[in-house]
Amino acid sequence: MSILKYFHTLRPKKTAAVAKERLQIIVAHERNLRDSPVIEYLPELQQELLAVVRKYTAIQDEDIKINIEKDGECEILELNITLSDENQ
Amino acid sequence: MAKIIVVTSGKGGVGKTTTSAAFATGLALRGSQTVVIDFDVGLRNLDLVMGCERRVVYDFVNVINGEGNLNQALIKDKRVENLFILPASQTRDKDALTLKGVAKVLETLKKRFEFIICDSPAGIEHGAIMAMYFADEAIVVTNPEVSSVRDSDRIIGMLSSKTRRAVQNLPAIKEHLLITRYAPKRVNSGDMLSVEDVQEILAIPFLGVIPESQSVLQASNSGVPVTLDKKSDAGQAYLDVVARFLGEEPPVREKKGFLTRLFKN
Repeated sequence: MSILKYFHTLRPKKTAAVAKERLQIIVAHERNLRDSPVIEYLPELQQELLAVVRKYTAIQDEDIKINIEKDGECEILELNITLSDENQ
Repeated sequence: MAKIIVVTSGKGGVGKTTTSAAFATGLALRGSQTVVIDFDVGLRNLDLVMGCERRVVYDFVNVINGEGNLNQALIKDKRVENLFILPASQTRDKDALTLKGVAKVLETLKKRFEFIICDSPAGIEHGAIMAMYFADEAIVVTNPEVSSVRDSDRIIGMLSSKTRRAVQNLPAIKEHLLITRYAPKRVNSGDMLSVEDVQEILAIPFLGVIPESQSVLQASNSGVPVTLDKKSDAGQAYLDVVARFLGEEPPVREKKGFLTRLFKN
């Protein structure tokens, strides 16, 4: 059978294998979204934080990043604000 | 103790109603008091597949609204002892089903039946949630095809979050994977996801596989559940599924060509 197998690997990937690979990626991604906690006030929180920081220094909307991760029982709120050099 | 089993899938057209009819008939053939309920309000079809469309007088929504009683709405199958059908309403919209109403009907049915099969509508909306909400077990019907597998995964997520057992922190719904419209030839040629592939992606316990078969269309054409067609490969596969569901271990039949058997490593 090893010769058959060898020729098998030379052939281009069959569509079922492509389907499986694509499904594994999308399903894992969607499960992640599903399992991460939905916090409805997140966009609003982001806007308000942005406003507070702007009182002191000029930053762009994309300079603030909020991320929520679940680590077992623990939810971690990660907040990243990038200050540009010219404003410091 | 009565068991409530939802037949669900997310995607439409994968074989929920065919499965509900065949599975319920199979259970009844084994001597269990069985009722199969059509939850697809507005688009009822279980009656057609079961061949009792001309006997519908009262429906599920009538019973919930108290316009008719349950005994008037239940249709007794003429071929199989112990088998009953509760048709969906064709005229109302799907919001006619309420949790309270569904709960009441199911409670009454539980006193009389061993198995209550809930044929879910497609989608992830109200109707699908009503069908799965009170379930003890779920049969997730999946075709070996990308959109069906993805939608099944979505439904599996809902089974563990949007149902009574999830909301009340009870033991989780027991899930079963049923792969339908399976074509072993296409799997062998590498153009269809295999049972193992689908199982690996969805990661729920495997119940069975139903081959793609002409007899399924022939059965629905004539309004006969495919499990009553003794010559049908799909019907036989459904009977195996019923046996496996009841805790027996029939072998997984997989018709293979001579060459495939020869070259299988």
